[in-house]
Amino acid sequence: MLTRRLIPCLDVKDGKVVKGVRFRDHVVMGDIEELALAYREQGADELVFYDITASPEGRRVDRAWVDRVARAIDIPFCVAGGIRSVDDARDVLHAGADKVSINSPALERPTLVDELAAAFGVQCVVVGIDSLRDDDGQWRVRQYTGDPSRTRALARRTLDWVREAQSRGAGEIVLNCMGSDGVREGYDIEQLAAVRDVCDVPLVASGGAGAPQHFADAFARADVDGALAATVFHSGAIAIPDLKAFLRAQGVAVRP
Amino acid sequence: MSVVLVDGGGTNLGSVRYALQRLGVDASLVADAASVRAADHVILPGVGAAAPGMARLQELGLVETLRSLTQPVLGVCLGMQLLFDASDESDTACLGVIAARVARMAGAPGARVPHMGWNALVRERDGALADALRPGDHAYFVHGYAAPLGPWTVASADHAGRFSAIVQQGNFHGMQFHPERSAAVGARLLKRFLEL
Repeated sequence: MLTRRLIPCLDVKDGKVVKGVRFRDHVVMGDIEELALAYREQGADELVFYDITASPEGRRVDRAWVDRVARAIDIPFCVAGGIRSVDDARDVLHAGADKVSINSPALERPTLVDELAAAFGVQCVVVGIDSLRDDDGQWRVRQYTGDPSRTRALARRTLDWVREAQSRGAGEIVLNCMGSDGVREGYDIEQLAAVRDVCDVPLVASGGAGAPQHFADAFARADVDGALAATVFHSGAIAIPDLKAFLRAQGVAVRP
Repeated sequence: MSVVLVDGGGTNLGSVRYALQRLGVDASLVADAASVRAADHVILPGVGAAAPGMARLQELGLVETLRSLTQPVLGVCLGMQLLFDASDESDTACLGVIAARVARMAGAPGARVPHMGWNALVRERDGALADALRPGDHAYFVHGYAAPLGPWTVASADHAGRFSAIVQQGNFHGMQFHPERSAAVGARLLKRFLEL
């Protein structure tokens, strides 16, 4: 039986793992390989590296760290952030990443999803979606959320974009529910369940994890395939072995 | 001991090479028949679709070479699927080492395709790689097509139906999952293959 995945997400800037409000006040948390290995030892099922290095106009971001991570760890990892072309994705995948995750560039140019799926197969292509409920009750997509001064609301409804991304070749969807992100009061189960209904590929929950029960709820009530979290793991508030024991006791299948 | 990785153009070449390095083995990347034939162990990695995978092997003139190898051969993920007669993926003729056809996974409510994540390996019969399996072992899978069960099945996994997770036909071995991304379980299985 396929187990549910626990996925720590690490922010990377200039090849270092950082924490802080995105795009300001970054504090270096440590060496990328050491942190990746520590999570691997704890039993993380997969890692996501969100590269927040600002990309100078028209220039490639230096991603030598992807190769270093690929040498160091023996669990799958995905690279997100700044991938805007088949060439960008090829660099990252050939350096050893298992998947690439695209978000704002896919909204700018949805055919990027088709191009990546054709070049590398759908299993490599993750579409990340930042979503927020509007006053009229509809969930809609947000773009450029990495930079608060540039973030904008789109007319595109989240459920429509989930359907379109799949039909273009997304092999997995990561849904970041911005309303619950950073609050640590639980994943947005209602929204995740609504997306689950229209999502036939693996779905990963993001935004809101604060306690072990939140993970159990996302798996049991929204039937997500994986749960992504940052702060609760990085702060040590939740240790992955303890979380797995908790989930197992609740009847959730997790990897030993 | 010489181990070669057949450069079939897959994006996991680097990852498999690093996994071997972690086991102390420096594998070389090769794309010509003579180097493949001369190796003690041959690994055919692969990520992507069956048709371009086979096209690449044909282009390199490696199809007959691979079929006729007598040393231990390991196909990984797509590389394992290419050992079979054919794949439903674009109706592609493959290497024909194992007489069966790879089919699209059906999926089911609650069992999404692609099959992506850690799943349990269930031992089905004796075999060189079966010796390295332990109860409760899980491996990391990412695929949308799968090989049926048969006499070649050393271990199975279940995702809306059982399929071949580890296969063996004589000196040819295959793993549908990614040993290079399956933590200690994957390392143990790769190590066992290198000992053959």
